[in-house]
Amino acid sequence: MRPVDREFEITVDGVAVPVVPGQSVGAALHGAGIRSWRRTRREGRPRGLFCGIGVCFDCLVTVNGVPSLRACLTEARPGDRITTENER
Amino acid sequence: MTGTYDLAVVGAGPAGVAGALSACLAGLDVVLIDGATSPGGQYFRGFGAPNRATPGSARFARQWETLTARAAVLLGHRVWAVEHTGDGFAVRCLEGDREERPRTVTARALLFATGAHDRPLPFPGWDLPGVLTAGGAQALLKGDLVVAGRRIVVAGTGPFLLPVATGLARAGADVRGVYEANGRLGLARHPLLTAGRAAEALGYGLGLARHRIPYLGRHAVIEAHGHDALTHVTVARLDAGWRPLATRTVECDTLAYGYGFVPQIELPVQLGCLTRQGTDGAPVVAVDAGMRASVPGVYAAGETTGVGGAPLAEAEGRLAGRAAAADLGRHVPPLPALSRRAARLSAFAAALARAYPVRQGWQDWLRDDTLVCRCEEVPLSAVREAVSLGARDARAVKLLARPGMGWCQGRMCGHVVAALVGDDPEPPRRPIAQPVRLGDLANASPQAPEPPGGPR
Ligand SMILES: Cc1cc2nc3c(=O)[nH]c(=O)nc-3n(C[C@H](O)[C@H](O)[C@H](O)COP(=O)(O)OP(=O)(O)OC[C@H]3O[C@@H](n4cnc5c(N)ncnc54)[C@H](O)[C@@H]3O)c2cc1C
Ligand code: FES
Repeated sequence: MRPVDREFEITVDGVAVPVVPGQSVGAALHGAGIRSWRRTRREGRPRGLFCGIGVCFDCLVTVNGVPSLRACLTEARPGDRITTENER
Repeated sequence: MTGTYDLAVVGAGPAGVAGALSACLAGLDVVLIDGATSPGGQYFRGFGAPNRATPGSARFARQWETLTARAAVLLGHRVWAVEHTGDGFAVRCLEGDREERPRTVTARALLFATGAHDRPLPFPGWDLPGVLTAGGAQALLKGDLVVAGRRIVVAGTGPFLLPVATGLARAGADVRGVYEANGRLGLARHPLLTAGRAAEALGYGLGLARHRIPYLGRHAVIEAHGHDALTHVTVARLDAGWRPLATRTVECDTLAYGYGFVPQIELPVQLGCLTRQGTDGAPVVAVDAGMRASVPGVYAAGETTGVGGAPLAEAEGRLAGRAAAADLGRHVPPLPALSRRAARLSAFAAALARAYPVRQGWQDWLRDDTLVCRCEEVPLSAVREAVSLGARDARAVKLLARPGMGWCQGRMCGHVVAALVGDDPEPPRRPIAQPVRLGDLANASPQAPEPPGGPR
């Protein structure tokens, strides 16, 4: 592993998730075992990462209230608040 | 400094960096633009990290260092459109991954080195969380240092599956198997050997053996199961046309799969560049020996001109950068060895594409309710219905059943719909290559001024 700057935290539906600096929001969630964070409009199917590089748009997520960001392309910043469409 | 560059290069992977560097060294004023916040593209993603064994990283790092001392570099800039101006081109960018500050760069010539994305095939359950593209799993590992799962199945076709599987195993994952839909060529016949890349082929073979990973030819994952996330997959033994012969179940929490790559060529297509059909059927930018596209002043290199991997991308980038400089009147001495190298690597890429084709039998893996389009949730039955209503080609199917009308604009399903109606995939017509908020669109009139301070 990369000798990195200090890890920081973001929250996902209020729960803290650790982030290695430079990681995308999607990678941090996936790495924390959160495989899906969105539901499809028609059938309510769960979605998370698929292509990993910004082309499939499956991974759309809300960060600090801003909706429809691609989680795989959005670099996590300390204190980011992620809200998912998962049931709590 | 007027703010107009000689050459704008889009894409900071092996092709773009080599192209920008060659052009700079030949005397051009160059700007290199990439949407990612770090350089490297797909192959050299995270190249600066220690312990990364990506072959060629040290060389890429030197190129990058030399380049940044000589050229302007705009990372974190997504290009969403390109246009002709009177005497060159305007490149419309959005800066930042969330803020989206619009910025326009102008240049006399353009080099597109925008790479490719994975080519997934649909099958029942392919949209379950835990199912990832092979490139996506690789990107997580190389760029984010995240191992995609604990128990992972790797499937699809092509030699790219091997570094994905060995990389995941080395990082601690239990790789349950590599299922190659085409025949598993014995190492002795492997195209990597004929291309003089024996060490690479041997390395993957050893990696699979060390981690006791089964590597099976004529096998594919034809269904993914699980409630809200993947729990197991159905693996089928295939006939030569990829129709399933016998199936069994493999437990896993992650599937990393891919059936080759699709070049990302919407930007050159926006400018009217002609395309041709690549060896694997996907449209690629048509170029001459100097990587010149059909529109004067436009060049393309790397996967955009045909999927061929990082070494070919670099060679093509150098050819393109040198041609751009020569066309703008710089003295560029001929380098026949470079052209020979590109030709050799490109012949190798074509041999690989022929050895690992996508065969039509995958259509037998689908059921009526299998999603063809993930975004609009269009099942196979809706596509078939559109065809029965008289839709003769992919475009008509799209209008009737809406596959490819969602967020991804057909990037994931365009080739699938084309295959289902018996068409060849069409070049992508996407007036907007990246999502743009409406306000940014309104701001981007062709005369939009540079932000104060110019493009540097
Ligand atoms: C997800 C993925 C992972 C891969 N991993 C490997 C690997 O580990 N090993 C391997 O041998 N091959 C890998 N490949 C194959 C890869 O295509 C080649 O190895 C090689 O990277 C191609 O080089 P390139 O310069 O043509 O394009 P790339 O390396 O893909 O570089 C293209 C660059 O263009 C940028 N870009 C694209 N569109 C825009 C835009 N509109 N605006 C701004 N920037 C843009 C991208 O951010 C990217 O940095 C991978 C491919 C994919 C899709
Ligand atoms: S995972 Fe495909 S766009 Fe993020």
